[in-house]
Amino acid sequence: MTTALPLLYRVHGREVETYDTVTLTLEPMDGSLPASAPGQFTMLTAFGIGEVPISISGTAAPDGRLAQTLRAVGAVTRALYHATPGSVVGLRGPYGVGWDLSAARGRDVVIVAGGIGIAPVWPVLQAVLAHRRVHRRVTVLIGARTPRDIVFGAEIAELRERSDVHVDITVDQASNEWLGRTGVVTTLLADAPIDPELTDAYVCGPEVMMRFTADALLRLGVPAGRIQLTLERNMRCGGGLCGHCQLGPYLICRDGPVVTYDRTADLLTVREL
Amino acid sequence: MSTPTAAGVSVMDVSALCVLVDVLRDRGYAVIGPTVRDGAIVLDELDSAERLPFGWGVTLDAGTYRLRRRDDGAAFGHAAGPQSWKSYVHPARERLWSRDGDGPVVAADETPRRPYAFLGVRPCDLRALGILDRVLGQGRHPDQGYARRRDGVFIVAVECIEPGRTCFCGSMGSGPAAEEGYDLALTELLDGSGSVSSSPGTPTYLIRSGSPAGTDVLAELPATPADAELVAHARDAVDAAAERMGRSLPADGLRELMVENRESPHWDDVAARCVTCGNCTMVCPTCFCTTTEDVTDLTGEHAERWRRWDSCFDLDFSYIHGGSVRMSGASRYRQWITHKLSTWHDQFGSTGCVGCGRCIAWCPVGIDITEEVAMLRAGSPDERTTAGDGAEGPR
Ligand SMILES: Cc1cc2nc3c(=O)[nH]c(=O)nc-3n(C[C@H](O)[C@H](O)[C@H](O)COP(=O)(O)OP(=O)(O)OC[C@H]3O[C@@H](n4cnc5c(N)ncnc54)[C@H](O)[C@@H]3O)c2cc1C
Ligand code: SF4
Ligand code: SF4
Ligand code: FES
Repeated sequence: MTTALPLLYRVHGREVETYDTVTLTLEPMDGSLPASAPGQFTMLTAFGIGEVPISISGTAAPDGRLAQTLRAVGAVTRALYHATPGSVVGLRGPYGVGWDLSAARGRDVVIVAGGIGIAPVWPVLQAVLAHRRVHRRVTVLIGARTPRDIVFGAEIAELRERSDVHVDITVDQASNEWLGRTGVVTTLLADAPIDPELTDAYVCGPEVMMRFTADALLRLGVPAGRIQLTLERNMRCGGGLCGHCQLGPYLICRDGPVVTYDRTADLLTVREL
Repeated sequence: MSTPTAAGVSVMDVSALCVLVDVLRDRGYAVIGPTVRDGAIVLDELDSAERLPFGWGVTLDAGTYRLRRRDDGAAFGHAAGPQSWKSYVHPARERLWSRDGDGPVVAADETPRRPYAFLGVRPCDLRALGILDRVLGQGRHPDQGYARRRDGVFIVAVECIEPGRTCFCGSMGSGPAAEEGYDLALTELLDGSGSVSSSPGTPTYLIRSGSPAGTDVLAELPATPADAELVAHARDAVDAAAERMGRSLPADGLRELMVENRESPHWDDVAARCVTCGNCTMVCPTCFCTTTEDVTDLTGEHAERWRRWDSCFDLDFSYIHGGSVRMSGASRYRQWITHKLSTWHDQFGSTGCVGCGRCIAWCPVGIDITEEVAMLRAGSPDERTTAGDGAEGPR
């Protein structure tokens, strides 16, 4: 039973990722949410301000802690951005259908993240690395607006040290110090070491970016059913009751947020659906 | 469901309605039923059957709802009014919880003090309650407040023999007969048939039970077994009502029709008329969408979350950072009607429309769901002018 009441969690750690993004480590104060699967989300409450859907970007079982990375874009996320260690937030969930990880056994994995979109796919990478040998090649492609917007920079730097993961980053607008690539994230696909028919793709970012990425993957020959995306819609309840998150036949909080491209490509191209 | 046999049906006269209300009240129910107020037939708690709208009818049409005097004494001689029973099981505004200072989150106990007895539930509205049960009560995360209010509701259904001009339950398979989900079902006869004492115009009621609780209550009513002829007569009257629906919405291919027309130019045509007021969603007995509001008192020490009905016609409904997904009125009307008639099946395994006609009567500009579907059927889905050329997505 998932209750409609938020459970109290204390902010245990607050890691500033960028000028507008933090990772909060939350610990249960009095009972914790049921275990979550990668790609699921919670409804996170800033008391007195409001409640928003935020993906679970990491879990630290046994003590029930979880990590949520969020970008301050409005009233609620701004309040949460400023939540200092010791302060109390509310959590409901976990909700939704997460990433299908079993799909990628024995296959190439490509993870494509745009901006804050790296947070929801981060658990995929963790799971893949935890069982690195069951997969073939692993590719992580990251896009950000500017170098200042790169989330998880330190972790990505560590990742680049590994020989068993192909990592590539690009920014839309470079600064003077930026020595890396410039351009949209789809341009990185050209150099990705993947065997398209044997690839599972995990994509998260702004919807336009996800569509362009999925279409580029399709053109390379990755089957649409092997491309997973996580969709964003307005969500007030998280549990299939408020009607806000509809996309055609789907309630994204219930039938998603992770969906495969074969089920959604035709819906995502209809304007204002 | 099978037609009830005469054996299960009783007959009673109008005075027995008073007994019915008293019996229900004595059993601890808050009896909710139709009554006249402010020029409409509204739902309210009834302390006696005398408050039923005896002798009142309504004139309905697109954008029109008017009370009228009937020339008989019918208590249920009116089709759907502006309210539906959802107001009681899924209230328009509800506090979910509150929290003081650093204290715990405390659930608001909005459970009604007494369970409800709904008196005068039309078959379409009975079906609507069944739909709400599925949507709010039977998903992976059931709404516990809904369950608390809905559990143990005693339902007295009333079959229809006189559909309104905006009614089309016959097309949606939800009326005019009451088939399941009631404790007691009434059929109101006004032609003097079955009447013990009275002349035409004074109602007589056939009554049958649909549950053990119903049987229990029926046993306390001054009703006598109805003879087969009278029962057959009532059945004919209800069947005839199916043929006299003011409107129709043929079901064949409806789901597909809506999907095929996602990019029809017709949506712009509706949008030119629709003022996106959301009335249709408020009066609809199955529209369930809600939003939440968090509030604090002036000190900021006391926080509460409220939930209230929301409408897919509201611009903010689909807001995500960067802008609303459904900016245009065309896309919002399309969302509403497509959800009702097509994607509801995908999401909840049934239609979202029961054909009560409320949205037609209460639309300020007279937009008619049955007409819009007829226009979609007439138009060719291939003339696509609102299509996005595949260019821009929702944002
Ligand atoms: C399944 C899911 C997972 C998400 N995961 C993350 C995450 O891990 N990190 C992160 O930073 N953001 C995530 N988001 C987006 C995040 O929910 C929004 O940024 C947030 O709701 C904005 O709320 P606000 O009050 O701060 O902003 P405002 O712009 O003031 O929002 C007003 C209201 O609109 C709604 N809203 C606004 N933007 C969005 C949006 N993008 N998506 C859904 N509803 C929105 C909210 O309900 C909010 O209360 C996720 C969204 C979804 C649907
Ligand atoms: S859509 Fe209109 S006719 Fe259908 S159930 Fe709702 S209000 Fe009644
Ligand atoms: S269809 Fe009519 S009632 Fe519904 S939002 Fe449009 S104008 Fe209002
Ligand atoms: S978020 Fe409420 S139904 Fe999906």
